[in-house]
Amino acid sequence: MHRIASGTARGALMAAATVLALWSAPPAAEAARTDVVLGVRLEPPHLDPTAGAAAAIDEVVFINVFEGLTQVDRDGSVKPALAESWTISEDGRTYVFQLREGVTFHDGTDFTAEDVVFSFDRARADDSVNAQKGKFEVIDTVTADSPTQVTVTLKRPVGDFLITLGTGDAVIVAPESAETNKSEPVGTGPFRFSRWVQGDRIELVRNPDFWGPAARLDKATFKIIGDNAAAFAALMAGDVDGFPIYPAPENLPQFETDPRFAVVVGSTEGETILATNNARPPFDDLKVRQAIAHAIDRQAIIDGAMFGYGTPIGSHFAPHHPAHVDLTGTYPHDIDKAKALLAEAGHPDGFKATLKLPPPSYARRGGEILASDLKKIGIELELIPLEWAQWLEQVFKGKDYDLTIVSHTEANDIDIYARDDYYFNYASPDLKAVMERLNATTDTEGRYALMREAQEIVSRDAVNGYLFQLAKTGVWDARLKGLWENAPVQANDLTGVYWDE
Amino acid sequence: MTAFLLRRFASLAVTLLVATGVVFVVLEVLPGDPAALMLGVDARPDTLEALRRQMGLDQPAPLRYAAWLAGLVQGDLGTSHTYAVPVADLVGARLAVTVPLALLALALAVALAIPAGVHAASRRGRAADTGLMALTQVGIAVPNFWFAMLLVYVFAVTLRLLPSGGFPGWDAGLLPALKALVLPAVALALPQAAILTRVMRSALIDTLHEDYIRTARAKGLSAGAALWRHALRNALIPVLTILGLQFSFLVTGTIIIENVFYLPGLGRLVFQAITQRDLVVVRSVVVLLVALVICITFLVDVAYAIADPRLRRQSS
Repeated sequence: MHRIASGTARGALMAAATVLALWSAPPAAEAARTDVVLGVRLEPPHLDPTAGAAAAIDEVVFINVFEGLTQVDRDGSVKPALAESWTISEDGRTYVFQLREGVTFHDGTDFTAEDVVFSFDRARADDSVNAQKGKFEVIDTVTADSPTQVTVTLKRPVGDFLITLGTGDAVIVAPESAETNKSEPVGTGPFRFSRWVQGDRIELVRNPDFWGPAARLDKATFKIIGDNAAAFAALMAGDVDGFPIYPAPENLPQFETDPRFAVVVGSTEGETILATNNARPPFDDLKVRQAIAHAIDRQAIIDGAMFGYGTPIGSHFAPHHPAHVDLTGTYPHDIDKAKALLAEAGHPDGFKATLKLPPPSYARRGGEILASDLKKIGIELELIPLEWAQWLEQVFKGKDYDLTIVSHTEANDIDIYARDDYYFNYASPDLKAVMERLNATTDTEGRYALMREAQEIVSRDAVNGYLFQLAKTGVWDARLKGLWENAPVQANDLTGVYWDE
Repeated sequence: MTAFLLRRFASLAVTLLVATGVVFVVLEVLPGDPAALMLGVDARPDTLEALRRQMGLDQPAPLRYAAWLAGLVQGDLGTSHTYAVPVADLVGARLAVTVPLALLALALAVALAIPAGVHAASRRGRAADTGLMALTQVGIAVPNFWFAMLLVYVFAVTLRLLPSGGFPGWDAGLLPALKALVLPAVALALPQAAILTRVMRSALIDTLHEDYIRTARAKGLSAGAALWRHALRNALIPVLTILGLQFSFLVTGTIIIENVFYLPGLGRLVFQAITQRDLVVVRSVVVLLVALVICITFLVDVAYAIADPRLRRQSS
């Protein structure tokens, strides 16, 4: 019996070896590749960027499949897209757009001024589910003057209107396909939607009829890999060519030493802050908030939570923006000063508070380091981990929190500080006045001056603890060229991507 | 027998109904608004209301429960909030990954465990037995996601024989699809195989002490022949019972494995649906799984009743 059993085992082993040998037969001679497989962390819930806020939607279809009238370029500036040119009236309320001619949607229908009217009317309609509906409500009228000219009149001047038009929420859709864009996106971009294997991947193919310079890739696949260990393995095994946003900074040093990969560190629009409930005692006291600001060791948080990737910030503004002022010196890391301020505020022995943390690692890891920082001045934090759904419900909607850590990823979003009823519970007439003037200003230098003023107000009031600008840490095959280094908008523009072998 | 079947069937239906109620209520109290999650931090109240209306969330809970139940009875699992497609289609596509994966793992576990169990039992107390038992101890103790990562490291990252994860789909051909399932199946199978080996071994050792084996041996049958011809068949009964139980563990085990191997299976669907508060998907899939487990138990009960008439009398 023994002999039979071991004989069987040997046979099985040999069979297994044969199968493995056949299996790993090398692929036919390698030609220059014209396809790319990129990893993304989250699967988009659907593929219509005008009906949801999920960054995951924009990361796949924005710019690649759908385009707007304008486009925010790699450096954050605005360039023409479906609109070839435009003129803005003196009072900053009337925009006249000249549209590109001969543009067609992927289903063959023509792109005309009517599509622009349809898209903007849809975005601001009563039953609109556009996540940025508020930004479209300033539109008073949209009219098609001719098939290639559209006039947009605003209720009041909005200085960054052209930037709004260059985001995923403002892409132009056709009335024929708007209803089904969630599952079958039809746009005008350099790539067409090909297939979505839910839970696994989304495939795009080149649009041969694209109005601009054709994409160099024939095919692009976005593979959904949520697990950090799986992301690492997929890259190492060559199953994906790269992650435009790599989810685990702790692996980056390993990729940096591996010549097969390029690690590209850029910046995002994500201001990572210790958001503070300004209405809840003791945080309603400026001295307490200043004490916290002095107690924060930004570099320690960047090193400990993000493995060194991130840029310290002193206000709610992206350091790569031309209007940025470095305000990290307003409240330098100074424990003695922090203790003194806390004593002045009537809390010489500190106090207890809660810190609610959403799932991303910048928050979970950053929270622990922050808690140890604040402990040094007597503030005992209870860390409460939350899921996103809970965070939105309790913190963002319910304003039921003391402190929380979160990254605000919208571009140029310092205006949230001037919003009534926003979850910071901060109200400053000074800032509101600045924001009103900003909206009434269209000349660039004037706008920048006002933006600087706004940064200083927010910083001075220590509304929140300002931690760091989230880095965009991309890892991809060293031969892959043309991916964006920075992320001024949430998009993975593949138009200029190619293999350099 | 008919009365027995009817009784069992009625209790099955009641259990399922109770399950739908429990699942609905539990998910109702879960904090987090799916509409708010979809619209993100800049959502305005009126946009949120519009989306909630679109998703049917503005209806009172009892009405939504009734509507869901009515749908279930007609075989309609509802429409996913996030994907906006029928849940039945989603589940169908996911089962095409999870079921083959679970079956493959089960087959692998049996293929490993039965020879190993027989081998250990036939050389009880000797080095081979002790060695195998030590191995099964490791197999039971080590979580399958750890096996998974180890397998990925060896076969995908280092040897590059197999993909590190993902699933090309069955339409990509049998070989690529199987290649994608091998590592996850092995990771799932190893702990199962370890348990089965131990069950197989002790069941065989028990039967080897039975009178009929002694009779067979007395009639001149060799130890090996007695084991293969008589003991093995009888020892398989407890093994099959464990296998039935393990199937439901396999289904839940796939949740972890599907995440490690980023496979688009049912487990990953549920996991994702929970974090996105896609409650329609979560509750329908959970009820489906409950139904599956209940049905397996029901079938096992019926099989026992057929095999052993005493059980029929006992339950009446």
